[in-house]
Amino acid sequence: MTANTVTGLTSPRRRIRLDSTVIVYIALIGVIIVGALLVNSVGRNFFSDGNIRDILTGMSVLGLVAVGQTLVILTGSLDLSVPYVISLSSLIAAETMRGSAANIAQGVLFALLVAAIIGLANGLIVTKLKVNGFIATLGVGLMISGYLGTMYKGSAGRVPAEFQVIGATGIGPVPISTIIMLALAGLVFLFLRKTRTGHHIYAVGGSVDVARLSGLRTAQPVIIAHIICSVTAGMAGLLLASRLGVGSPTVGSQGGYDLLSIAAVVLGGTILAGGRGSIWGTIGGVAIFAVLDSVMSVMQVNPFLKDVVRGIVIVAAVAVYTGRAIQQRRARFATRATTPDASTATEATK
Amino acid sequence: MSAAATPILSATGLEKNFFGVTVLKGVGIDLYPGTVHGLVGENGAGKSTLMKIIAGVYVRDGGDLMFDGRPVNFTHPLQAMKAGVATVFQEFNLLPDRSVAENVFLGREPRKHGFVDNAGMASATAALLAELGIDFIDPTARVSTLSVAEQQVVEITKALSFDARVISMDEPTAALADNEVELLYGIVEKLKARGVAILYVSHRLKEIFDLCDSITVMKDGALVSTGPAADLTTDELVRRMVGRSISTFFPAAIEGTVVGDTVLSVRDGGNAYITGIDLDLRAGEIVGVAGLQGSGRTELAEAIFGAMPLTRGRLELNGSPIVIHSPRKAVKSGIALITEDRKAQGLALDQSVLDNALLVIRGVFPGRTRAARRSVPGVLASLEISSRGLDQEVQFLSGGNQQKVVLAKWLASSPRVVILDEPTRGIDVGAKVAVYNLMRDLAKDGVAILMISSELPEVIGMSDRILVMHDGRIEAELEAGSSEETVLAAATGTLRASSGEVAL
Repeated sequence: MTANTVTGLTSPRRRIRLDSTVIVYIALIGVIIVGALLVNSVGRNFFSDGNIRDILTGMSVLGLVAVGQTLVILTGSLDLSVPYVISLSSLIAAETMRGSAANIAQGVLFALLVAAIIGLANGLIVTKLKVNGFIATLGVGLMISGYLGTMYKGSAGRVPAEFQVIGATGIGPVPISTIIMLALAGLVFLFLRKTRTGHHIYAVGGSVDVARLSGLRTAQPVIIAHIICSVTAGMAGLLLASRLGVGSPTVGSQGGYDLLSIAAVVLGGTILAGGRGSIWGTIGGVAIFAVLDSVMSVMQVNPFLKDVVRGIVIVAAVAVYTGRAIQQRRARFATRATTPDASTATEATK
Repeated sequence: MSAAATPILSATGLEKNFFGVTVLKGVGIDLYPGTVHGLVGENGAGKSTLMKIIAGVYVRDGGDLMFDGRPVNFTHPLQAMKAGVATVFQEFNLLPDRSVAENVFLGREPRKHGFVDNAGMASATAALLAELGIDFIDPTARVSTLSVAEQQVVEITKALSFDARVISMDEPTAALADNEVELLYGIVEKLKARGVAILYVSHRLKEIFDLCDSITVMKDGALVSTGPAADLTTDELVRRMVGRSISTFFPAAIEGTVVGDTVLSVRDGGNAYITGIDLDLRAGEIVGVAGLQGSGRTELAEAIFGAMPLTRGRLELNGSPIVIHSPRKAVKSGIALITEDRKAQGLALDQSVLDNALLVIRGVFPGRTRAARRSVPGVLASLEISSRGLDQEVQFLSGGNQQKVVLAKWLASSPRVVILDEPTRGIDVGAKVAVYNLMRDLAKDGVAILMISSELPEVIGMSDRILVMHDGRIEAELEAGSSEETVLAAATGTLRASSGEVAL
């Protein structure tokens, strides 16, 4: 930040705002501390290699999906088709590989290509047919779901052992899958920051009118965001196939990745209406979910209560964000001071 | 303005029709490099249409447009921008969540090795800002953290980044406080020095005379006159715009208006934004509130109205203490607030005139809806709202007519205390006078009125008493007809020493 040379006009209302990404990570640290204490109370070690590995593994699949979902939400759209793309891509990969290491590349490419085509379809429906993203992707999701339901009665195909390594190994306590997810998050971060399309994703989500009047092709960023989102969902499907060893028509929907990824994105400080948010916020949101899940498994909390806790966290987070958004004007005087001038206007300081 | 210069932009015989209605009849205008050309006229005179044709928002039905010696046909604002004709509209085209630099270069982000050069973009923005003499806007700051005046600077910077040779400004000071207007004056000077031709649309005649080298007056879609500013006086200009002189601008109190008992009083009131407020509003009295932007004027209105309730002090209504914790309570207690921003806070834009006029009644006094339905057409008629009917959506009305709908909506609730926050912002002279007359009528009927305004002549011309706010406090209470200098001195806090009034 450059220094503010105050020349008459700088309003005292300006203040240094705590970035929402920072808040997410503060919340994450809070959750880790509380979680560690709870885990400790039942005689287990939160920071054991095994536990860290569990948490990071839990982050990888949801992280992949949420990174893509972030892009889509930034444009002001949504993607509800991700769970079905996940299932479909796990099946395509497993069936193409048929247990043979020679077919790995082929299987991966084919699965991701199909995912990309679905993303393209989503993007075109949203931008060209002007169908709201919620409805468009719900419809596409239903179509895929129908296909999966009629074509598969259970898991199918088989991935070779060489491919299963991705889901099963790691460097120290850090699983390969998490490294892949974080690398992808880094790439998407750079994409948003260093490419015009990245900038335009924010612009289109912020205001389509402003974007159009500035000469942007307003459809292109939305379509690209949808394609990337479907591809990351496809990658999540590949990862799940590598863990399961087979393709499964229900692996995506069982995970509830549609709503969970949207929740993680929102938890990470991205605004559902689009135009504002960050990838690292999303990763923080995913981490919070993973830590919560891990702590609750160790504590053997029943599944019903798990969802209640998740729900409370999401609602509380959004309540905090909106509270901050409304509190735009900086208070000049104490709300209930006995001496009315206890706090006169001072420049906002860090 | 040298006579030998050739115009950079020259329009002749522009025509525009909307649905068979002619809104522009053969209007021409010449803009010269390094000069400011004022464009004045009542709302509906065709100023906006003319601007939008030049900006490429509308396509003209007839006439010629020459830019830089060549005929041009702009069909999209971006096309005009790229050619060097930029427009700063009243509604900014900015992304609040993006940085200043990202907004200035939106769609044309500079790249280095194929990637967006964020640092270069920030320094290029800083350089453009420096050209305008601005050093206090951080190119990496989010636009939503800037004041309205600063956001306007960003818009002008964006225009400059296109290397604009013509910049049109639509009511650039409508949302600015007096000290911010100075900033705009400075920027206009800088642009002139660069040889930019400026088309300046404003309802504030003082600015027109301060800034403009030549003035074009429009009325009813046609050209009234165009010529050097030096040849005109304010009186003459107003006469050409509306066909009446400025002396009739502020109507005097209606005969028989009596200042009665105190209706509303605040003692040592305050909240997070204002403090130490002592205030009495009497029936039949118009109290003006002056002060710079950010001095707490709007906050005072919101506190009384319960939108940002008082957390300290006492509030009395008709002699009995009352706590107003929400706007609903305020409305039920007979208080009305005509907000500063009529589009965002005063109207449901895509609803009809009638629905808007009934909004308060339906929401707070549903039992009175039937009666109000009968009376509203009369109220609307008395305000001389020109609309195509009660079922027209208010978004299609002019600013002045929209404001009248807001007034009608509150009059329908028969308030005893009416607070008006910038009641004449961005509306034409005719509508302004209608608002002033309405205030006088209300006073005659014993309504207590609190009027907040940035326009000093308005505060001085209409108020029976003037409160001046500074830093969240009522700095001074001045009598009717105080000079602009006295009000300004109080508003900037320089009156304090002389009056002996010292804030704790």
